[in-house]
Amino acid sequence: MKSLWKTFKQGIIYENPLLMLMIGLCSALAVTSNVANGLGMGLAMTFVLLFSEIVISLFRKVIPNSVRIPIFIIIIAAFTTMVDLVMKAYFPDLSKSMGVFIPLIVVNCIIMGRVEAFASKQKVMPAIFDSLGMGLGYTWVMIAISAVRELLGNGSLAGIPLMPASYKPILFFILPPGGFLVFGLFISFNIWLKGKMDKTAKERA
Amino acid sequence: MELAKIFIVALLVNNVVLMRFLALCSYIGMTNDIGQSVGMGFAVTFVTVLATAATWPIYHFLLVPLGLTFLKILVFILVIASLVQLVEFYLKKNVPGLYAAMGIYLPLITTNCAILAVTFENIDYGYSFIESIVYAVGVSLGYLLAMILLAGVRDRMKTSPVPKFLQGTPILFIASSLLGVAFMGFSGLIK
Repeated sequence: MKSLWKTFKQGIIYENPLLMLMIGLCSALAVTSNVANGLGMGLAMTFVLLFSEIVISLFRKVIPNSVRIPIFIIIIAAFTTMVDLVMKAYFPDLSKSMGVFIPLIVVNCIIMGRVEAFASKQKVMPAIFDSLGMGLGYTWVMIAISAVRELLGNGSLAGIPLMPASYKPILFFILPPGGFLVFGLFISFNIWLKGKMDKTAKERA
Repeated sequence: MELAKIFIVALLVNNVVLMRFLALCSYIGMTNDIGQSVGMGFAVTFVTVLATAATWPIYHFLLVPLGLTFLKILVFILVIASLVQLVEFYLKKNVPGLYAAMGIYLPLITTNCAILAVTFENIDYGYSFIESIVYAVGVSLGYLLAMILLAGVRDRMKTSPVPKFLQGTPILFIASSLLGVAFMGFSGLIK
């Protein structure tokens, strides 16, 4: 149980896919102009990651090593198609505003990376905890980035106006260049945080 | 005129990297020197056009008549992956010079999201075959342009004093942000 908890924790800060490993960046910047999109993308991504890891971990002994990559791609593509169709049917507005980025989950390096490095070698339980940890790590960063961008760029959070009426929204933050800027500062902050944490860990040892 | 508009919009106004955040992994990872980024840019251009030429007919002449359009994601990713393999084999055997120049970039291209995105968008926007090819060329040259720009900026950065808290990757995103601001100027170009 303890090792499962440790696996789960890894993805949230120490091996955060976006801020530490810096993979899967495209969607992180493109859909985070408001909180609803950021949350939707985070959940969609977690769903695909969870089920791909479960299926691949279950079949890891059957899949021949030499053709494993195409098989992984087919499994991931199947779950991505499901998400795409469900989103189109039940959340048409969300699906429209995220556009091509939902089908692009299939080439998201986070999923391929975790499946190859973790699920193809581990039992089902650790794979489930790994995917939930990574998914949560991805989702909280998405929500954090989109909250900053929406609050400064639109004066609201998840569509609810928060800033006083006299606040003039800085449009820059919801436009593409603002995404680059906010993300750059987030990485800088995370590097500082990790440095601090390593230092205290060293002092304790 | 319509074709020129599609081309300019894809190349500058909606630049694939700076305005639409596609293909960021290679944009950040492969711009250490200009030669490398040019090689990657041309390899992507080549594969994008080829992938468009292959997926457009498959979608319109195979998937639509058979009512299998929901398999789009699965089919396109497999077509692109096998196409890249074929190109690699062909170049290795018949054009070794070109293979030496861009062969190492080819395996990386399968997971380049710009290529997959272009093939999806050609379908979503309802482009004809010619329009699709023009769009693919525009997008991938836009990618090449962004790669060269960032590689140039990084070259200068090696000798400039970067604030300590931005050293490493953060400054690349700040620089891209500024490049993006410059590219927003193009949005007045097309009404």
